[in-house]
Amino acid sequence: MALRTLVTRKALGNSVAFRQQLRGLQTHTLPDLPYDYGALEPAISGEIMQLHHQKHHQTYVTNFNKALEQLDDAINKGDSPTVVKLQSAIKFNGGGHINHSIFWKNLAPVREGGGEPPKGSLGWAIDNHFGSLEALVQKMNADGAGLQGSGWVWLGLDKEMKRLVVETTANQDPLVTKGSSLVPLLGIDVWEHAYYLQYKNVRPDYLKNIWKVINWKYASDIYEKECP
Amino acid sequence: MSRSAFCSSGSNLVPKTTEALNPLNRPKKHHYLNGRQRTNLYQKNHRASKVLAYYGLRSPPYKLDALEPYMSQRTLEMHWGEHHGGYIDALNKQLAKNDLLYGCTLEELIKVTYNNGNPLPEFNNAAQVWNHDFFWESMQPGGGSSPILGLLQQIEKDFGSFTNFREKFIDAALKLFGSGWVWLVLKREEKHLAIVKTSNAVNPLVWNDIPILNLDMWEHAYYLDYKNDKAKYANVFMNHLVSWNAAMARMARAQAFVNLGEPKIPVA
Repeated sequence: MALRTLVTRKALGNSVAFRQQLRGLQTHTLPDLPYDYGALEPAISGEIMQLHHQKHHQTYVTNFNKALEQLDDAINKGDSPTVVKLQSAIKFNGGGHINHSIFWKNLAPVREGGGEPPKGSLGWAIDNHFGSLEALVQKMNADGAGLQGSGWVWLGLDKEMKRLVVETTANQDPLVTKGSSLVPLLGIDVWEHAYYLQYKNVRPDYLKNIWKVINWKYASDIYEKECP
Repeated sequence: MSRSAFCSSGSNLVPKTTEALNPLNRPKKHHYLNGRQRTNLYQKNHRASKVLAYYGLRSPPYKLDALEPYMSQRTLEMHWGEHHGGYIDALNKQLAKNDLLYGCTLEELIKVTYNNGNPLPEFNNAAQVWNHDFFWESMQPGGGSSPILGLLQQIEKDFGSFTNFREKFIDAALKLFGSGWVWLVLKREEKHLAIVKTSNAVNPLVWNDIPILNLDMWEHAYYLDYKNDKAKYANVFMNHLVSWNAAMARMARAQAFVNLGEPKIPVA
């Protein structure tokens, strides 16, 4: 009986997703972009969008699934050293998946509202906290340009204090690593792969131009949900 | 508060060649009419002649197109000219505002500004300047293949075989999260070779180890040529770029500081 299950399992192929689902593990998949690769030109080139989505994000998803499967194994076997050892791979690849999933929603083509400044309660909160939208943009650009190595610059909402914050995280650390009550509203990827082919080493130009395709509607929606 | 106190408190294994040249460090023995006046005049003169550049951009030991097709000229122009050059400019600007750090060798500066894990703002620039100098010299046109003689023996001793070392090195390059470097180092305390990954600008000098080779795994190092294909870049580095000549020279020098045991002298 056990032998039969073993045989059928092997015959059904080695797909990671199938194996994981057999165990009840949630698999993650690459989300589709809500726009074409070239739709964000000239702020971000189609070449970058395609590589970023199909190669970088996909790699994070694949490795995240692999790490989760290994983690599940280790937990079931009670292998604590492996469980702990896998944490950095999960943080990196899982963080990469989370961050990029938010990032695609943070961007929108100009004709779909990309670059339009926020209205409503988020716009008011920004003016209240930072003085003006320009001041916020300047702060995020300065922090993003000054970030050494790879990472992200975030506009977040502290949902307990009901305050907006600007934070940076290193590598693929999600915003929650800077505070458990922080909710990401906007994230800008400042890893070199996000801009190098187009802007080369001039990160400040990339940061200046990306605001033209930022999707403030998404940020407003999240904000209004957390701060009704 | 004197800068010489800052620098000489660093490692005493680094030769202090610049101190002799540093005007502030010359002993105030002779030529004083009025001792105090002379010193003040001296300091005034030093400030009057503003030094604008503390470190210079060293060129790679080959033309910028010499590593084609494995590392394109365009990459060298960007990586050396813009990134490496940018670090030099930024460092010089920072040092212009910071008298305390004047007169250190680059290695002393790195150790001092690392500040035992709590780096000062100059660390990033200083370390990246050093890392890139080391990187250009770790490559050569027609590089690749494998080391010979003593270095090969040491690698076989510490990694089992050259193939195993090569696999581990490339694996380290692929497993590095974020920006950073992969190093072949000679560990001073443990007296053996090791492969080390570092993040961002950190390098093994801060742990007082001796680097033998490095590989730049920041995305700017390979993105123009290989896009996201890190594996291809790392393999090409090992197969066609790495300079074992440079590594062997560094290893020979390192053995002046680390005793790796008696050579096997055959008994007659």
